[in-house]
Amino acid sequence: MKPDPVAYSAYRDRRYRCFVTLTFLLLTAMAIAAGVGAVSIPLPDVISILLRRLPYVSKWIPHTGWPDAYETIILEVRLPRILLAIIIGSSLAGAGATLQSLFRNPLADPYIMGISSGAALGATIAISFRLPSFIPGLNSVPVAAFLASIITMAVVYSLAGVSGRASMDAFLLSGVVVSSFLWAVMSLVMMVSGDSLREIMMWLMGSLSNKGYVHVKMAAPYWIFGIAVLIIMARDLNLICLGDDEARYLGVDPGQSKRIAVIASSVVTAASVSVGGVIGFVGLIVPHTMRMVLGPDHRLLLPASTIAGGIFLVTADTCARTLIAPAEIPVGVITALVGAPFFLCILRRRKIRGS
Amino acid sequence: MRLEAFSVCHKYGIIEAIDKVSVSLESGDFVGILGSNGSGKTTLLRLLAGALKPSMGTILLDSEDIGDMVPKVIAQKIAVVPQNGTIPFPFSVLEIVLMGREPHKGRFSRESPQDMDIVFQAMAATSTTHLAKRSVLELSYGEKQRVIIARALAQEPGILLLDEPTSHLDPGYQVEIMDLFKSLSRFENIAVLAVLHDVNLASQYCDRLVMLNHGRKVADGPPQEVVTEEILKKVYGVKAHITTHPVVGCPQVMLVPGFMSPAS
Repeated sequence: MKPDPVAYSAYRDRRYRCFVTLTFLLLTAMAIAAGVGAVSIPLPDVISILLRRLPYVSKWIPHTGWPDAYETIILEVRLPRILLAIIIGSSLAGAGATLQSLFRNPLADPYIMGISSGAALGATIAISFRLPSFIPGLNSVPVAAFLASIITMAVVYSLAGVSGRASMDAFLLSGVVVSSFLWAVMSLVMMVSGDSLREIMMWLMGSLSNKGYVHVKMAAPYWIFGIAVLIIMARDLNLICLGDDEARYLGVDPGQSKRIAVIASSVVTAASVSVGGVIGFVGLIVPHTMRMVLGPDHRLLLPASTIAGGIFLVTADTCARTLIAPAEIPVGVITALVGAPFFLCILRRRKIRGS
Repeated sequence: MRLEAFSVCHKYGIIEAIDKVSVSLESGDFVGILGSNGSGKTTLLRLLAGALKPSMGTILLDSEDIGDMVPKVIAQKIAVVPQNGTIPFPFSVLEIVLMGREPHKGRFSRESPQDMDIVFQAMAATSTTHLAKRSVLELSYGEKQRVIIARALAQEPGILLLDEPTSHLDPGYQVEIMDLFKSLSRFENIAVLAVLHDVNLASQYCDRLVMLNHGRKVADGPPQEVVTEEILKKVYGVKAHITTHPVVGCPQVMLVPGFMSPAS
């Protein structure tokens, strides 16, 4: 029985259909997220308002007489938050998928190398000492968090490089060490911070409230650059997860490809942590779920994970701001509350199927 | 195609794993590397494949220093079957064998019909066609070994380096796979170098045997010169009786159990 190429291409086509489905789901999640909230806006109006902002299609969309307030709510309040959720969700999922391949371990996540602890310390210092901001419209917290996480990344990287060639074990080890050191420093800062403790806790749990286009603009360049690099590296990730020697035997320089992939995934993680706080579980469960649906080929897994990460976080954030309205739950709490049981279900189902 | 190592050395820390070893391999050769555990067989193979840099000496692939070549160019000429590594994700067998085409493709190009033909031929040659859609995580060691061999064949290499290719195979597949390598070297003019554990199997199939001991080359020649009582005693510390294979005519080892020979 010879599996003919036709059957194989049908198998590939099935996977491309999953792709179209994901994009459709993302658009649906965006439309729903833009519609629900304190002011509920009917779905047709939401879609029309959003489409009227796009070039070329805008002139075909008539204004059906919705109040002007709808446009302000969608475009000024909800859309930036949705875009931020997409940026953060896709960054964390993409970085998670990449690091799972580099560490050859499906349990790796974007925070494994200590970037989150760097960002957390930066944010804690900025909140406790009320650091002044030098960028208009953007307070000092995300800037301090971003700078601190980039510095952390550089320190972890150079520590890992001390042992000769930067092996992934060395990255993991120096990440853990640097991380625990930074958490200790952060605890000290929190002890003296007094009344800003609650604000720090909120930041640490991860939240997208009170965010605007300025945050989107801050994270977007790193996001575009990082995700593009990761998708370009997808083929190398396929070979690297087999092991260093095997990657080399199949024509990929493992050292160089790993360095590029580590830097790109660190940059997108740093950018998203600094604007959204430490949002857990996205980088773990989204790539994992996608791998079960689409298989482990990173040329499909990476783009699919980034889209699915966006869907997941847009949905989670919509729940975060509507479930106990007018109060808000930090979105990191939602992702963990949904993520942990979901993850257990997956593991259980796989165990049953495996035996 | 020609792969040569000129008195290469390699150290792990202060331990000399390979000490001034020279070997050469040419199209059509079938060379076996023998030696006791820890004698540097795998290290020599990794040096020849360009995965390790020699601390001294040079390795030339078609008279070009392999240290100056990028992995992709090396992978177009040399395919390696390493010892069974773990694959952490559930790739299908077909996906794994298709990876053998990567050195010949651009980063973004999809596999062409020719690529698919080559891959299916490689799978047919290793009796893995029926496994195509299975996940590699579900395979037995022997099946996985044959899948990795299929991937190496899909690279269409001029040189094939094998690290104990028969270690997890039953006698039936051992003969099938070794026959395959033999026909590749004889009819396709591929240079085959295999690290082998089984002296008898090596003697039956290889044109030349290289015997390593503590990182040094102690013998290099046709099986008749290498498989001798004296060399086996020196390398493995065993008492052996050498006979001639009744069909192949090559030397075969019959080990003499320790309890049968008086302690010396």
